[in-house]
Amino acid sequence: MDIANGLRKWLDDRFGWHEIRAFIEHKTVPLHRYSYWYFLGGMTLFLFVVQVLTGILLLLYYRPSANEAYESVQYIMTQVRFGWLIRSIHSWSANLMVFTAVAHMFSVFFLKSYRKPRELTWLSGMILLFLVLGFGFSGYLLPWNTLSVFATKVGTDIPGQIPVVGKWILVFLRGGEDVTGATLTRFFGFHVAVLPGIATLMIGLHLLLVQRFGMSVPPNVEEEWKTKPPEQREMRFFPNFLLRELMAWYVALAVLGGLAALKPWELGTKADLFASAPPGIRPEWYFMFMFQTLKLLPSKIGFIDGELLGVLCFGGAFLVWTLLPFFDPGRPGRLQRLITGIGVFALAYVAVMTVYAYVAT
Amino acid sequence: MLEQAERADGSTRGRRRAGRVGARYLFFLSILILVVPGLGAQTRNSCLDCHSKLDPPLGVTTEEFSGNIHAQKGFNCTICHGGDPSSDDMERAMSKDAGFKGHIERAQIPSLCAKCHSDAAYMRGFDPLLRTDQFSEYQTSMHGKLLAKGDTHVAVCTDCHTMHNIRPPNDPQSSVNPVNVAQTCAHCHANVDYMKPYKIPTNQFALYSTSVHHQALAVQGDLSAPTCSTCHGSHGASPPGVASVQNICSTCHVFQAQFFNSGPHKDVFSAMGLPGCITCHSNHGIQHPTDAMIGTGQGAVCTNCHTEGDAGYTAAGTMHAQLVKLDDAIHRSGEILSGAEKAGMEVGEAKLALAEAQDNLTKARVTIHSVRPEAVDQEIKAGLKVTDNTWQEGLSAMAELKYRREGLLVSIAAIVLVLIALGLFIRRMESGQTGVSKESRQ
Amino acid sequence: MNDEPINVEASPKRRRFLEIFLGSGVLASLASFLYPVLRYIIPPKTIELTADNVLAAHVGDLKPNTGKIFRFGSRPALLVLTSDGKYHAMSAICTHLGCTVEYRSDLHDVWCACHGGLYAVDGRNISGPPPRPLESYDVVLKGEEIYVRRPGNA
Repeated sequence: MDIANGLRKWLDDRFGWHEIRAFIEHKTVPLHRYSYWYFLGGMTLFLFVVQVLTGILLLLYYRPSANEAYESVQYIMTQVRFGWLIRSIHSWSANLMVFTAVAHMFSVFFLKSYRKPRELTWLSGMILLFLVLGFGFSGYLLPWNTLSVFATKVGTDIPGQIPVVGKWILVFLRGGEDVTGATLTRFFGFHVAVLPGIATLMIGLHLLLVQRFGMSVPPNVEEEWKTKPPEQREMRFFPNFLLRELMAWYVALAVLGGLAALKPWELGTKADLFASAPPGIRPEWYFMFMFQTLKLLPSKIGFIDGELLGVLCFGGAFLVWTLLPFFDPGRPGRLQRLITGIGVFALAYVAVMTVYAYVAT
Repeated sequence: MLEQAERADGSTRGRRRAGRVGARYLFFLSILILVVPGLGAQTRNSCLDCHSKLDPPLGVTTEEFSGNIHAQKGFNCTICHGGDPSSDDMERAMSKDAGFKGHIERAQIPSLCAKCHSDAAYMRGFDPLLRTDQFSEYQTSMHGKLLAKGDTHVAVCTDCHTMHNIRPPNDPQSSVNPVNVAQTCAHCHANVDYMKPYKIPTNQFALYSTSVHHQALAVQGDLSAPTCSTCHGSHGASPPGVASVQNICSTCHVFQAQFFNSGPHKDVFSAMGLPGCITCHSNHGIQHPTDAMIGTGQGAVCTNCHTEGDAGYTAAGTMHAQLVKLDDAIHRSGEILSGAEKAGMEVGEAKLALAEAQDNLTKARVTIHSVRPEAVDQEIKAGLKVTDNTWQEGLSAMAELKYRREGLLVSIAAIVLVLIALGLFIRRMESGQTGVSKESRQ
Repeated sequence: MNDEPINVEASPKRRRFLEIFLGSGVLASLASFLYPVLRYIIPPKTIELTADNVLAAHVGDLKPNTGKIFRFGSRPALLVLTSDGKYHAMSAICTHLGCTVEYRSDLHDVWCACHGGLYAVDGRNISGPPPRPLESYDVVLKGEEIYVRRPGNA
């Protein structure tokens, strides 16, 4: 124990360890019937760490050129010991992370954790969500198989439709007019350098803000506690809540391992840029609701191209959603009920459209 | 300008003169305007003007006319029919003076076409590489010979090439484009009533349409596949003699022919007057051969001649067994590899190697034409070597799968242990931390 | 705020057991995570991906006027040594219907057993059904080793 004490003193003399420790020991998590939702944020962070670690491992063998990308992934899957495990975990964890990020966002929305003073937390969180989707989209191309190349083609066609800036955005994303090896190089750069850099900063900011403001309590629970103070319960973050989070993370690891071993991620066939697109090209599930919406829109609405209108509407919707805290009045009333209603509609729309997209094919 | 203006003294003579000159000027101008463009674009074709409005058999549509090769080279109706295409007057246009021939007799058609098409020097001015021996070939054909004897029922040039819609063979709309040839021949040869006097079968087209060659040519668009003219000739169309059937098939099916020639069947077949390849494969309705065709079982062709106990019967049985053995081995490997792949194992390399075994089987199926089991055995052995390897790969893929699942179980067991331990730890810790840890007032 | 936990419930032995149980469980699970990672970072025996630069043969493997099929990426390819001592490499997939071609020493050409398609050693389709030439590859000699790679690759 002398070593531990000595270490503590060393840290304290330089970094004010006892202040940090006091803060950690002070942090509490409110206990109420919605408390389970508090796990989602940490789970997303955990899955992000899994992605970084497996991603770094994949980087040891992956080659980001059109001629070698597919073969290098095949090499990882067949020649490298446990390569199949690392790769499948990376692909599955990516999907799970998108799911937990979206669930975390909706839970924050419905529990109204974005209210003052937490608006910037919400904002940074939304940026993180877009980054996660960007990670998913850029990473999907990297194995360079038929599905991913054509899905990227379709996916980058969509922002290309935006008037004025669309063409420039498309060329910027693709590294040219078409999806080629240049696109692969560029997406690789986004995926392993640009997005991680921005994400690290954003995560740092997001966590800092969460620590600064503490855990938010939903409005109705707040009311209850105001009227009946004895009801209020809190749990210490360290070690109680953290140990529980650790349990959840272990469960996640078990799920990832099971998925990797029992439902490995497929390799597909190497992309042939000169072949025509196979039928049934579609993006990953988390983009399906947009994909399906665009498919359903008529080709012309009034004098505007249908797909363009869809794209602009989605863009507008995301913008409004991101800025929602600034619209929320912070007290119950019609406007707040309207905002909740919009959230219910959004969630229902995304869920129904996603299911419909799969059922319809 | 043409109005007669009165001079001051009332005389109009000068004006009249000027008017006449003006009128003549206008007349020539209108001729120029009306005629010159016509001259520049196309020679005036009064034949088409009327005949495009008539019904068959006198009718010729403008599409037919303008699409056909002769019109595109600048010719018009007169090259065959004579007459004067510049005149609108029917009498003049179709007068004997103008060389009008009118309807050409069927028996005259080949020699009419040959007037140009057998003249090499003339044809060189239009298409130097176009052959000019069609007529001489035709005269050696069954059609040509019968026509010379006075039978006008047989095909002449226009029956295959059409009368007015003549297009080069590489034009997809041409009646003599490879994809369309069988249909063209069938016009007569599948017409039972028409063919009655000739006492030859009329089921060739029906049979051909079921054949593997038709599938390749008309359905898959493989222009290297044969149609009627490929084996029978086009202008010199005749059935090949029994002795020459094999030569014709071997133009494409070289390997099979070589093996056949190296085996005992070659001499036996020619001694017996059997028509080579057709003996087993038929001529028009050639189906995709199956392994069942060789051997002694159901659907085998060997038993048409061979009976139990003779050397051929035994050899047939052996060869069949060899093919089946390799085929089964390939299937077995294919199944285990698919199973491994479905379960998520990467077996791309092994599947590729299996394709090599499939190649060996294909080659073996060719060597059977030598009807020598030793020749077949070479390929079979090579193929089995490959399938042995792929089978091993399949087994090791399944073993690896088992290893992974066991490893997963171990990991999950460890994780479950940790979960249980954590749960107990938390419970114990919190029951000890009374009052403060779980519940606190803020 | 920080009270000392009063552990009246668990006996020392039970407490010990649980701690050991938890500790070993965590260690075991960490080991089961770390083991694959350590095996992963050790490079496998086959260093090179059989992608674009493939070791097809060694000098002396082929006699003059013979050919050899080898794996190039995920497809078969053909390496030919002609009588004049030059190496030629090309795709071995016939452009007609996909059969694997071979080099015929008697014909000095590349030939397809399925329907008799014939190609020159530079890949050009000479006769028979094949509609297109065979894709030609570059041959690079490094000492005794013969490497084949896609044309235009550095």
